[in-house]
Amino acid sequence: MSIQTTNASAGDRFDSVVEVLAKANEPKTGDELAGIAAESDAERVAAKRALAGMRLETLRENPVVPSEEDEVTQVIQDAVREPIYDEIKDWTVADLREYLVASETGDHEIAAIRPGLTSEMIAAVTKLMSNMDLVLVTSKMEITARCNTTVGEDGTLSFRLQPNDPADDIDNIIDATREGLAYGAGDAVIGVNPVTDTVETTTRILEATHDFIEEWDVPTQNCCLSHVTTQMDAIREGAPADLVFQSLAGTETGNDEFGVDVDLLDEAYDLAQRRCTSSGPNVMYFETGQGAELSGDAHHGVDQLTLEARCYGLAKRYDPFLVNTVVGFIGPEYLYDGQQVIRAGLEDVFMGQLHGISMGIDACYTNHIQADQNDIENLAVLLAAAGTNYFITVPMGDDVMLNYQSNSYHDAAALWEIFDLEPTAPFREWLVDVGLWENGRLTDRAGDPTIFT
Amino acid sequence: MASDSNRTHDADSTGKSGQVDDRRDEALRRIVDRTPTRLGVGRAGPRPTTASLLELRADHGLARDAVHSRVDETLVDDLELVKLRTQVADTDQYLARPDLGRELADESLETLRAECAHAPDVQIIVSDGLSSTAVEANVPELLAVLRDGLADRDIDVGTPVFVEYGRVDVMDAIGEELEADCCVNLVGERPGLRTAESLSAYLVYGPERGLPTAKKSVISNIHDGGLPPVEAGAELVDLVAEMLEREASGIDLRDDDREFTT
Repeated sequence: MSIQTTNASAGDRFDSVVEVLAKANEPKTGDELAGIAAESDAERVAAKRALAGMRLETLRENPVVPSEEDEVTQVIQDAVREPIYDEIKDWTVADLREYLVASETGDHEIAAIRPGLTSEMIAAVTKLMSNMDLVLVTSKMEITARCNTTVGEDGTLSFRLQPNDPADDIDNIIDATREGLAYGAGDAVIGVNPVTDTVETTTRILEATHDFIEEWDVPTQNCCLSHVTTQMDAIREGAPADLVFQSLAGTETGNDEFGVDVDLLDEAYDLAQRRCTSSGPNVMYFETGQGAELSGDAHHGVDQLTLEARCYGLAKRYDPFLVNTVVGFIGPEYLYDGQQVIRAGLEDVFMGQLHGISMGIDACYTNHIQADQNDIENLAVLLAAAGTNYFITVPMGDDVMLNYQSNSYHDAAALWEIFDLEPTAPFREWLVDVGLWENGRLTDRAGDPTIFT
Repeated sequence: MASDSNRTHDADSTGKSGQVDDRRDEALRRIVDRTPTRLGVGRAGPRPTTASLLELRADHGLARDAVHSRVDETLVDDLELVKLRTQVADTDQYLARPDLGRELADESLETLRAECAHAPDVQIIVSDGLSSTAVEANVPELLAVLRDGLADRDIDVGTPVFVEYGRVDVMDAIGEELEADCCVNLVGERPGLRTAESLSAYLVYGPERGLPTAKKSVISNIHDGGLPPVEAGAELVDLVAEMLEREASGIDLRDDDREFTT
């Protein structure tokens, strides 16, 4: 296939949909490392022009990894509702962008075309959108999901409390939980990353967080982010889990690197529906992040944004309660600096919401990337404006177990104040009951972890 | 608004509520003292206090400096290491292009061939990696123990080298060029906020370019607050001896679930 832009000049010809998609991407070190990025800004814009004129049907018929080779492609293709697709297949990607940004288009109008979209179409339109386009359209979409409580409702902004400890010390994990709750964080989930991926540790963490939630009657949900098979074993032996977690990749070989496939995820979903301690119906939690496939040599020559979109296509199969990109964790060889991290964060939340999944973000950075706390605070402000469902928060922004920085518990209170938002209704009422919230904001007692001792 | 009213953890009250405050302060101290996490930091309105904000930035600054500063040249001379460099031009490129950090620059390849002993039992490599601070803090002590320990067992260490802008797998290229039986690469790890001094030792038996990570062994978290460098040196001597005897490393040597982070 040869694809040409309307005002063709030398160098404006591309050989494949995969090539156009890769070269139309905003600059990312991961695409450069993979050797598939545009070689100049002129070539990048030429690719964007070629993509703007491409019909959605072309994207449907040319999935970036062939269906025969890849079960993620099959999941995405099988989920398309054909009559809706037939209505929009002649649109160009530029038409799709202009439909999404139109003032007449709201949540209802976006929902009307959603079942006709594939992950490749969503990736394509993302590449044509500016940062403000992404914020604008994300802010139109209201995607709610319910586990024990409901996230994503208008006027709310939720937070995952991440009380990790470098020794999986239960007392320390519960103390960090106390601290986070004292700041009003934790309505999305109390989710712990264990150091040791064993059934024993997973069970201990699930029991401790479950017991604490019961003791203090906190309207939220717990989760231990070990490998899905570890959680499944723990749950089968009776461990109390409200959610089942797994990291996802956008290709079959990428998921193989993570030790999962669609059959296993189906089994996990089925088990979660029957055995989770929550009332549901949404009981799955996934994390993703641009660059994971390249890092596992499972990218098939496809750019990292398109592969990220396919993660959401896969996630959608399981009606997740929470999905978040861990956007600055992977390192500077994939996302180089604050600018690339911010761009990727906006792209990921937009793409997730356009897939119709309850999307949040771990806005974060490691110490070898060219970013600092200011960059992720910028991203948090942009995504709060965009109406993301939730953020990850850790004590003072410093996760001493995963050795990276994310948003602080303090950021929750600041974002509620700036944007006049609140936690989920039952959680807010609980905060009032324990004396931490009144008149739409935290009380003087807030921030004191000894309240829960 | 009086800023004091929002600062939760000042022991500011006396009188009727004094006992309650004492009990709270004690409970808070118990929480803060036993955890490495930044708990009980208090707040100024919805934001961190100035002191805890600046402490975070100071710790991040130390970590950044460890990534961006270079290892002191006189240290490399004092340790009598042959100086080599990868194909990386500067720190920015080092961070973005791990592939270039695994191969020596042409002139360094020539230096390697000209100045380093051929076919040693063990080729010792020191790489700056992601923390020059880690190299400076640990390598002098560790290297002395490692050299002496290997010499005691009649294991030939050849000509130890220092690699600027080196990644873990640069040991594959160096070992292959010199036809070493095995390699030890001492690499500065990605700094955390608690310490920028963590070093790791990666080992490979039968080094050759492109050998998968699973074929390599690692001893990590080497620093005074973790595995002290002298102890790490002694552990490395034992591990090298075992590798040479069993002609294997990584999963071929034992079940090894340690993480590879560089």
